[in-house]
Amino acid sequence: MTPDLECADLTKQFGETTAVDNVSFAVPPGSFFSILGPSGCGKTTIMRMIAGFLDPTSGDIRIKGKSVLDTPPNKRPVNMVFQHLALFPMMTIAENIGYGLRRQKTPKDQISRKVDEALDRIGLPGIGGRKVDELSGGQKQRVAIARCMVLEPDVLLLDEPLGALDLKLREHMKIELKALQATFDTTFVYITHDQSEALVMSDQIAVMNAGRFEQVGTGQDLYYRPDTPFVAGFIGDANRWKGRIERVEGAVLEMRTETGLAMRATASNDLSAGDMAEIFVRPETIRLAASADALADFDNQLQGTVTSILFNGAASRVLVQDSVGETLEVTLPQSGEFSGLHRGDTVHIGWGAAQAICFGGGA
Amino acid sequence: MRSHARIGFVLLLTPLVLWLGLLIVIPHIDMLLISLRERISFGVYETSTAQYQKALTEPLYLRTFWRTAVMSVLATGITLLIAFPVAYYIAKMAKGRLQQVLFMFCLIPFYVSELVRTFGWMILLRETGIVSNLLQWTGLADQPVEMLYNDAAMMVGLVYTSMLFMVVPLVTTLESLDDSVIEAGYDLGGGGFSVLREIIIPHAMPGIVSGCIVVFMLSLGNYLTPTMLGGKDSLWFTEMIYNQFIVRSNWELGAAFGFMLLVLSSVIVWGMLRLTGRTLQETMG
Repeated sequence: MTPDLECADLTKQFGETTAVDNVSFAVPPGSFFSILGPSGCGKTTIMRMIAGFLDPTSGDIRIKGKSVLDTPPNKRPVNMVFQHLALFPMMTIAENIGYGLRRQKTPKDQISRKVDEALDRIGLPGIGGRKVDELSGGQKQRVAIARCMVLEPDVLLLDEPLGALDLKLREHMKIELKALQATFDTTFVYITHDQSEALVMSDQIAVMNAGRFEQVGTGQDLYYRPDTPFVAGFIGDANRWKGRIERVEGAVLEMRTETGLAMRATASNDLSAGDMAEIFVRPETIRLAASADALADFDNQLQGTVTSILFNGAASRVLVQDSVGETLEVTLPQSGEFSGLHRGDTVHIGWGAAQAICFGGGA
Repeated sequence: MRSHARIGFVLLLTPLVLWLGLLIVIPHIDMLLISLRERISFGVYETSTAQYQKALTEPLYLRTFWRTAVMSVLATGITLLIAFPVAYYIAKMAKGRLQQVLFMFCLIPFYVSELVRTFGWMILLRETGIVSNLLQWTGLADQPVEMLYNDAAMMVGLVYTSMLFMVVPLVTTLESLDDSVIEAGYDLGGGGFSVLREIIIPHAMPGIVSGCIVVFMLSLGNYLTPTMLGGKDSLWFTEMIYNQFIVRSNWELGAAFGFMLLVLSSVIVWGMLRLTGRTLQETMG
């Protein structure tokens, strides 16, 4: 099947700086594809090149198999939902949604029918006569999507559209966006720096850093099987140790950290004894226990003191200081077992080698 | 506390009341009264509308009146056409320092008085002036060309004088237009013209209207430019008011002319607001 959107060896340079460095990816039809990265990583540059507002220095962009490099933005079969939505404040909602149709010289009666349909689809029937500033943030969001979707684009680009909303609404809009994507059955390319937005909504996520794609995969791939230290550190939280590898036994290896602890972990790539490496362990994979006996099955075990309890409902954490003075983040189970935990208590923590991922070259 | 607030309010209001009362309301009432009397003999006056009848029946007066109105509207339109691209470039295309420098270039000519600027045009356009010499030197003309003292020269002067007052409100409103709104216009299939018509101009409307009102008033009330650059045929209504007051000492007719100009500008500004569907409150506030 021809991908809806394909970028081949896409590169963009601004003077001396390379904003996008040889990026290639393909988005299959009807999927939700996210580009996730910290600000300044080049993700907005990619999106503006796809929309046609920037020309790539080299490489190709193909939509449904056809190169669009010579097509101006107003003729490309892609539409964009802007970061601040960019609804036209001088027009009513119906005029906003009908703008693209008027440009296509659609007959008037068809425009009003399509606009009404679009308003029904986004669950806001009958608001066509209102002004843009009479709507709430979430409603504007949906209107901005409807304004693009009436044009039936091959690809819809979304540039951090949830950034301006408050937390509660953002959580709600994540689910709603995913549902809208299913309703419209269109390919969405979504840009964000918020990993939770990407993880919740996407079929495929590309993690971008310094102009390059670090890894492309499903949310589970990125979370459980990161390819690079950057991905491991960017998706979710992690406790990190740097050190030198002492022994390798198949996939499991043993590393001596710079602070002198021995740790067992799983190698993500080929490593041999003597290499410098870095181990990542997620707070939620660490088991907390009152006694060392309960942790007998774990490859790594430490004893430590609770220095702080970071209560955050379901996402509560405990900061544990180990024998060599490092502080680890450990997820606090909400099963009631540790509700009496206090600062200064001694706890035992442990985790399996399979949950600790080791990358070479961490020196 | 309350009486303090009241005193503050009165003190703050006083300059405004004095300004409006002494400089605008009282002189105008006096003007209106003068325009409504007729001199019967030495020191004897009678209330009548004779001045207005004279103004409205004499072809020269009437012709000058309408000419001034039409030419002012024309000058406003030309100023808008030239200033809009300039303002758009300054507000949207120029970035950083260039933007400030360009804005300064618009402002700098206004550091010198209007009289000096008008003389500048005279030096350029007169028979022995720079443009005339340049045309002869390049062989495009075989004798000195007189470009002064006609409507075109006067129009150039009026547009030049008013330019800044159009550019400033336009730059201000265009700057407030988010770039992504323009991009959205293109992204959704709009061409350059439709983006201009449906997005940029409607957004810039307050700036366009307030700029036009100011430029129109300035042109209508301009005295220097039409007198110095205009020809014998380009009589301006302000010149006629001046003539009646100063040259002919006919204050009654001069006052009537003044009132006609006031009514004319009020009617045209009102019409402009009606045409664009805006209120004065929106435009000025």
